[in-house]
Amino acid sequence: MTNSMTRTARLIFTLTLLGTSTLLGHSALAQSPLFQPLYEVLSHPRCMNCHTITDFPRQGDERRRHDQLVVRGADNHGAPTLQCSACHQDNNVADGAVPGAPHWGLAPLSMGWEGLSASQLCQVLKDKSKNGDRSLADLLKHMSEDDLVLWAWTPGGNRTTPPLSQPAFVEAVQAWVNAGGPC
Amino acid sequence: MFTIRVNGIAHTVDVSEDKPLLWVLRENLKLTGSKYGCGQALCGACTVHIDGQPTRSCVMPISAVGDKQVRTIEDIGNEHIGGLVQATWQELNVPQCGYCQSGQIMAATALLKDNSSPSDQDIDKALSGNICRCGTYPRIRKAIHKIATEQL
Ligand code: FES
Ligand code: FES
Repeated sequence: MTNSMTRTARLIFTLTLLGTSTLLGHSALAQSPLFQPLYEVLSHPRCMNCHTITDFPRQGDERRRHDQLVVRGADNHGAPTLQCSACHQDNNVADGAVPGAPHWGLAPLSMGWEGLSASQLCQVLKDKSKNGDRSLADLLKHMSEDDLVLWAWTPGGNRTTPPLSQPAFVEAVQAWVNAGGPC
Repeated sequence: MFTIRVNGIAHTVDVSEDKPLLWVLRENLKLTGSKYGCGQALCGACTVHIDGQPTRSCVMPISAVGDKQVRTIEDIGNEHIGGLVQATWQELNVPQCGYCQSGQIMAATALLKDNSSPSDQDIDKALSGNICRCGTYPRIRKAIHKIATEQL
């Protein structure tokens, strides 16, 4: 009796695990393994908090609405007289409390990634009508050289960084671009 | 050594490159109208104009100022709109303790220079980073509307 119960319990446990991983597989895994590492970086809060689909940025790993209720503004750099640069300088402040990097601001709404699956994000990333008319080579350049992108790996304070190191990320982007940007 | 232009006058100060502009203004130049509230760009008490844009001087290192024009509360009354804002602030008795008010005036002046008839929403967006512990927000809003409707 006890034995068969244990067996049943184990079976249920295994099935649950399988079910969960199938679900996760649909929602979080990219179709192309080459895009998967990019997705893991791009969906990190250091990137996503300013690639929002809202008219405001977010902050923190919990991705709460940005303090002071600052807004996106017409040019993605805040309200006309409360610009992102009112607080965010070209560098993090000395104690790391306020992050900073050149041209601090939100990505345009067309580059908002919130709520997208990996393959959707991949498509949006490559779509020239949404990505600022960037070719795959331009994307590689942006993601490996742009000051604001690079900030994600030196965010100051106790902010977390994306799951891949910056050189590993550049390698992954390069491999994805070399393969023609498979989604 | 850094030379910065504050209220139209060049000042040379011998300070380390990461000294925040706020402390250069207050300690070195004795311009104490800009207040220290949080030191972390959270409250707006230290707001000055950098080339006309409200900026939190507590998080701007002196090395980032370069040849940009710094304008502080001490000089804002010499601008037409800055003068109107200060006069109306007095007329409506906007301040309570006053600690946040130089920042509020700098933010309101920049708003009215950019937008001569701001809506409540425009005011919220422009001043949401200027915190008033005394809760003078309704009077700030009223004063901005009064200037916009009667004088601009
Ligand atoms: S003292 Fe600068 S924002 Fe509070
Ligand atoms: S008047 Fe006291 S903090 Fe604003």
